[in-house]
Amino acid sequence: MKLTLKIWRQKNQSSKGAFESYQVEADEHMSFLEMLDVLNEQLISEKKSPVAFEHDCREGICGTCNLVIDGRPHGPSQGTTTCQLHMRSFKDGDTIHIEPFRARSFPIIKDLVVDRTAFDRIIQSGGYVSVNTGQAQDGNAIPIEGNTAAKAFDSATCIGCGACVAACPNGSAMLFTSAKVQHLGLLPQGKVEHKSRVQKMVAQMDKEGFGFCSNVGACEAECPKEISIDNIAAMNRGFVGSMFSTEE
Amino acid sequence: MSLKNNVPEGPLADKWTKYKSTMNLVAPNNKRRIEIIVVGTGLAGASAAATLGELGYQVKCFTFHDSPRRAHSIAAQGGINAAKNYQNDGDSAYRLFYDTIKGGDYRSREANVHRLAEVSTEIIDQCVAQGVPFAREYGGLLANRSFGGVQVSRTFYARGQTGQQLLIGAYQALSRQIARGSVTMYNRHEMLDLVKVDGKARGIICRNLLTGEIERFAAHCVVLATGGYGNVFYLSTNAMASNVTAAWKSVKKGALMANPCYTQIHPTCIPVSGEYQSKLTLMSESLRNDGRVWVPNKVSDAEAIQRGEKNALDIPEEDRDYYLERRYPAFGNLVPRDVASRAAKVACDEGKGVSKTGLAVFLDFASAIERYGKAEALMAGISNPSKEKITELGRAVIKKKYGNLFQMYEKITGENPYKLPMKIYPAVHYTMGGIWVDYNLQTNVPGLFALGESNFSDHGANRLGASALMQGLADGYFVIPYTIGQFLSKEIRTPAIDPNGPEFIQAEKEVKEKINQLMGIQGNQSVESFHRKLGKIMWEYCGMARNAEGLKKGRQMIRDLRKEFYSDVFIPGTNDEYNPELEKAMRVADFLELGEVMMVDALNREESCGGHFREEHQSEEGEAKRNDADYTYVAAWEWNEENPILHKEDLVFENVELKTRSYK
Repeated sequence: MKLTLKIWRQKNQSSKGAFESYQVEADEHMSFLEMLDVLNEQLISEKKSPVAFEHDCREGICGTCNLVIDGRPHGPSQGTTTCQLHMRSFKDGDTIHIEPFRARSFPIIKDLVVDRTAFDRIIQSGGYVSVNTGQAQDGNAIPIEGNTAAKAFDSATCIGCGACVAACPNGSAMLFTSAKVQHLGLLPQGKVEHKSRVQKMVAQMDKEGFGFCSNVGACEAECPKEISIDNIAAMNRGFVGSMFSTEE
Repeated sequence: MSLKNNVPEGPLADKWTKYKSTMNLVAPNNKRRIEIIVVGTGLAGASAAATLGELGYQVKCFTFHDSPRRAHSIAAQGGINAAKNYQNDGDSAYRLFYDTIKGGDYRSREANVHRLAEVSTEIIDQCVAQGVPFAREYGGLLANRSFGGVQVSRTFYARGQTGQQLLIGAYQALSRQIARGSVTMYNRHEMLDLVKVDGKARGIICRNLLTGEIERFAAHCVVLATGGYGNVFYLSTNAMASNVTAAWKSVKKGALMANPCYTQIHPTCIPVSGEYQSKLTLMSESLRNDGRVWVPNKVSDAEAIQRGEKNALDIPEEDRDYYLERRYPAFGNLVPRDVASRAAKVACDEGKGVSKTGLAVFLDFASAIERYGKAEALMAGISNPSKEKITELGRAVIKKKYGNLFQMYEKITGENPYKLPMKIYPAVHYTMGGIWVDYNLQTNVPGLFALGESNFSDHGANRLGASALMQGLADGYFVIPYTIGQFLSKEIRTPAIDPNGPEFIQAEKEVKEKINQLMGIQGNQSVESFHRKLGKIMWEYCGMARNAEGLKKGRQMIRDLRKEFYSDVFIPGTNDEYNPELEKAMRVADFLELGEVMMVDALNREESCGGHFREEHQSEEGEAKRNDADYTYVAAWEWNEENPILHKEDLVFENVELKTRSYK
């Protein structure tokens, strides 16, 4: 299949970017990133600068890949990361727009590569259980009801890609932050610090310049791991509750 | 050079306990002054950095990724072993030890493996305490499943995303230490050289991948947790950026590469679909709990499938060859990986492959769907359930167990594995070989340690499923925090190491020269094209089956390719910017040397063991034939451009009797 690609090119953070057009020939069995590999090989053979994009595991779990394809983070398929998207989702003659994840808190590094370290800092602010190595009791000493464990798991599947932020008109990181708050808060091990955790993580999220949530729901729709917006509601509840708590 | 493994005296089961309680310690006031560099943030690196930070050391931690959470441990699917014996099926530390030694085809060090088995149970406790959401039974207790090469259920799992959940646990522990200031995190920094001062590892040289700046970092010691080198094959289940560079630079500074020819070819991966293919995707071994592997009995049926005229459902039961169940009745579909991979190759070599390329076998869930469906119907009180109802209920059970794997398969292949059997083929997955370490996980370079997949120590010639996660976390959480004290207790009087010392300046200069050399070639071929060529040579001559003639040929081809690389590679852009092509070029340059050492090692080892199968050494039934009299040793290679130099560590088995490994 012959495709026209309109790709965002930007030399670095301070320079101005623009779309550039490329023609590429692809096979329907290729993954989307393999199609970009083909383009880059073509550019390199012409001694031109290849398109910078991030990727690593190429199996949908590391959270590195992050493209906005035809206006949607991770492209047209539901519950799919960019690397899992295959060219059979497109047809011969298509024009495809490829852009970086855009948000104030994700500055562009080059072309399609952005800086998502704000997410790391949100986790560092409290997204953990404070347990040192060697302090644990026997794993079976705390039975956790199957459904609770499954719910915590659903929240824990977040891959930290940032599609939720890119999808949100406000550039909010509520889905990312709430997924971690819920993952830990649902489990007895994490309940102990729940109130202080939600306070600290929300404060850090605000400090990083992420926008507020206005219940648009685009984050849930575009999340490649289909993390539910219910997490946000639950975090809000926990946050409000923690404000009235007399605990430190 | 004599390789001292520093295994403590005493009975096997007591060695670690006794050693641990008599080991040298570093007092808290000294720990605060001692700096440690940890390279890599996968399971081993993140757990080590976090734990060393908790202990009070000043840790500097490095990853080439944009975040420590991206390390490829995250992609591990199936599970993590631990000798908890929660299933009451007779498991014990000794049994896990024995299974691992046997699974590794008697080519690993007894004492290290026993320690691994001992600490396995603590790992589960630690991870549960961190909030890792392991699978649970209805009663709320931890669930287990089986993996290849064992007859107990000792694998803990979190759906098909166990690696992700464990890594997130370690990442969170690491994040906590970063927030406390005990760990300083350097993202997007790639280690490009090791710095030795007076023979001891004292620092590293890194390239800041955003700016291209070359930076010097000093510490009292250096811990490598940089993963395996499977990407030397180009196509593997490793992530695109997984590489050998940090480890290889250390080898070039005097560390030894042990058993590099021991590579694991995983039997259940999604087959290659075309020349453009950039990587391969694993389908977890846990699927072999319920999936049955088969090919058609008749070559004519296989050919019809290859041409697309028939599919799996057209082949009646009596015309199917469930070859693992037939050849290995005791373990059936759950034979170890090396055995399953070779059996798949044999079937495809006979012309019975089931994809367009002829390189695939079926992994079929129909029996399991029927079995589970009947059981569910019974529990739901449905008498005389219809076939459709059974299938529906059975598929729901399969979905619960392996849902994300089935989804992943469908996304990649476009086929529905609930209806048609999966097509799978072996692919490079893990490397048992790695940097030589002693019992303390210290290399032959004092002050340089290697953990997880980057060392060689625990899996011998073949790793059992769900043991990589176990080893990574064992090394990071429960071994290195103790054993590093053996070195550091002698360093308490050493002041902070100066990154402006002459050794650092020299190493920095060499790194810059290397980069300039590569950037200056300005040839005509892309880095990727060299990597692909190297991968093809490795797979052809040093893959699932090897022979002397091929290995010699392959070695020469690599040497030629290396020459071509240094005269014709083209790297676009400049070295003072974000330049992924330059990063890749540095990595491929190292693979081009490592690949040669792998060939040399495979040629030297005149036997078949585990993942290393020499065609000259097989039984009449095509099983691997070891040569214990001559090769019960670790082959540790010193780099030398002309001819790598072999150093041997004899493997002494005091507790296990060396037997022919049988899964029949």
